Amino acid sequence: MSTTLSATTMNLPAREFEWKLPTRGRVGMCAVIAAEAAIFTIFVVAYLFYVGKSLSGPMPRDVLSPPIFYTVCLLSSSLTIHFAVKTLRRGNVGHFGAWWLLTITLGVLFLYGTVTEWRRMIYEDGLTINTNLFGTTYYSLVGLHGFHVVAGLVCLSAVMAFTLFGTVKQEHAERLDVLSLYWHFVDAVWIVVFTVVYVIGR
Amino acid sequence: MSTEPIAWPSASAESRTFVDTLHEWVTTVDHKRLGILYIVYALVFLVIGGIEAIVIRIQLIRPHNDFVSPQVFNRMFTMHGTTMIFFVVMPILFGFANYLIPLMIGARDMAFPRLNAFSFWMTAFGGLLLYFSLVGANGLYGAGNAPDVGWFAYAPLTSQTFSPGHSTDFWTLSLLVSGFGSIGTAINIVATVLSMRCPGMTLAKMPLFAWLNLVMAGLVILAVSPLTAAQIMLLVDRYLGGHFFDTQAGGSAVIWMHFFWIFGHPEVYVLVLPAFAFASEIIPVFSRKPIFGYPVMVGATVAIGFISMSVWAHHMFTVGMGSAANTFFVLSTMAIAVPTGIKIFNWLATIWGGKIEFKTPMLFCIAFLFQFLVAGLTGVMLGCAPFDWQLGSSYFVVAHFHYVIVGGILFTLFGAFYYWFPKMSGKMYSETLGKLHFWLFLIGFHLTFDFMHIPGLLGMPRRIYTYEPGRGWDTWNLIVTIGVFFQAAGILVFLGNLVWSYYRGKAAGSDPWDAWTLEWCTNSPPPAYNFSVIPTVKSRRPLWDLKHPDDPDWKYE
Repeated sequence: MSTTLSATTMNLPAREFEWKLPTRGRVGMCAVIAAEAAIFTIFVVAYLFYVGKSLSGPMPRDVLSPPIFYTVCLLSSSLTIHFAVKTLRRGNVGHFGAWWLLTITLGVLFLYGTVTEWRRMIYEDGLTINTNLFGTTYYSLVGLHGFHVVAGLVCLSAVMAFTLFGTVKQEHAERLDVLSLYWHFVDAVWIVVFTVVYVIGR
Repeated sequence: MSTEPIAWPSASAESRTFVDTLHEWVTTVDHKRLGILYIVYALVFLVIGGIEAIVIRIQLIRPHNDFVSPQVFNRMFTMHGTTMIFFVVMPILFGFANYLIPLMIGARDMAFPRLNAFSFWMTAFGGLLLYFSLVGANGLYGAGNAPDVGWFAYAPLTSQTFSPGHSTDFWTLSLLVSGFGSIGTAINIVATVLSMRCPGMTLAKMPLFAWLNLVMAGLVILAVSPLTAAQIMLLVDRYLGGHFFDTQAGGSAVIWMHFFWIFGHPEVYVLVLPAFAFASEIIPVFSRKPIFGYPVMVGATVAIGFISMSVWAHHMFTVGMGSAANTFFVLSTMAIAVPTGIKIFNWLATIWGGKIEFKTPMLFCIAFLFQFLVAGLTGVMLGCAPFDWQLGSSYFVVAHFHYVIVGGILFTLFGAFYYWFPKMSGKMYSETLGKLHFWLFLIGFHLTFDFMHIPGLLGMPRRIYTYEPGRGWDTWNLIVTIGVFFQAAGILVFLGNLVWSYYRGKAAGSDPWDAWTLEWCTNSPPPAYNFSVIPTVKSRRPLWDLKHPDDPDWKYE
């Protein structure tokens, strides 16, 4: 009998009532978001602290213009991912795929916006990360956010691939809801970054 | 129980080769094995960091000593501080948390076993990266090897101008890498405690160990992340020519201090909360009484967690922040002494009137109570800005924080080692050797760190390479160094005890202390699945209920 499952040396009472705890995925994702929020807080504080402290140009007012269209793209992708998970919960995998693809498209559009903005600033305005303090803080903060968008898009694309292969089912709605929390977070951070960089910092 | 006999692959022990065993340990995702990996890894670094401390103290044993060169001395205190904080105390605490939390809350593993393994290996390679600087940082520059910028690496000392070569890169990268490991483990602990508790274990019925580690993990998430952010900024400065901490381009050196201490002070509570957790488990068992004031203990823990996020700039009174900021941080520092004091009174009240058994774990915890009180009191002294202006960056500060980390944290850690060694190994440790370790270490600790306060009060600054004779520091430094050798002897006895007991110790049985938390109701060492049946609990002391069905706790809670 030594190989049987007999680890518990004392006889504890077994389950006799309903017992429900939050799922580990949701709690884990909330913890990830808390950690990420702390990282972004430090970068935002550094940005705000250094607003107007650059000793040489180009200055924010000369080169920055608020990317309204791309911001609308990113923020609306929060809505589309919400609808995607909602339709999957009802079991409609086809509609889910369409909403999911739309979410990815909006995310890619946002990244395209960042790429064109950076390209213009680097090649036309001559602002790089080591030009001045503004360049250092701007590229770090916006770049950190862009990195999180890329990471999110990688996850979303993996799910898209699984959807095309037909392995995504109704029971995965809970997991994808957890993933959508991350995407909502990336969007929420953009509201802060947008306010700090294009409204307060300009 | 309707279980089938299961043949475990490891059952035929004699047929396993060394490579098989190694493969099992390297690829393991079991929380107990990862816990032991964390602990063994940290013990190796404890010896390394200890040797560095011995070198520092030999250098300072008498005036005008030249045991090592000034450059080596700078590397020694930098590596000693970085090693002890990031690669000894944190991994050891994570190791105990990993090993014990699932057992205490009646779960079969952590919430994310693979994340757990990932986090351990990140921490492990972070430590290796730091020490690889001895070989790798030399490179083509001839600019020295190990980092020498101090463990808090103030700007602009870390800029390319003042730290050419790669030694500072090794420092920042190793902390970045191990930081990701720490955050991963913290996320895991939060998810485990909140989502994996066995039926009946509401938050109010969790062992205090789980509560304190939950708050600790929350602090790691909120405090280590800023350090990660600051390290990224430092890398941008060093590699991409950024200007975050470049005063020549309008950047600020003080903001690095803020970012570092926003991590640095909560970090102290990250280290001390698990120490409180050990004390909160060990003291009741050896006093034969339940913990006094459980809800107050939980409340005080959460209060410490919150307040600790707002005290960081008391490390910066000498910078000149202005009276408004100074006043705020003086008051918040005073405020955090209140919940900490509540805890000390609760432990005392737990011991009060108990049937105290002076086993080795309890001895360490009692020493902890007194020493942590003294450490807290010198902390309150340094928390007064005018006092700090006089004694900031002196040996008084060094003595204070070593009193916290050695006298508070390391003592309870040793207690925890002796208390849970029977569970982890299945063997009893030697009580004689344990007591010898305790007394050697106690004498050494007090010789070193009691007397270290005095040269600080007499004006001896920290991090000096050597000093002039006749300033009244000589005798004190001699005594301090002598104490180090007692401590080293104690550590050797401790390690010897662990090894000897592992091979020669008596079988411990599942519950050698007649304790009350769930880890003691499974085998020693516990099998991979921990519990054959997931237990159900009705009170904070489920094993008490089981052993005393006529008088269970749940009738009164």
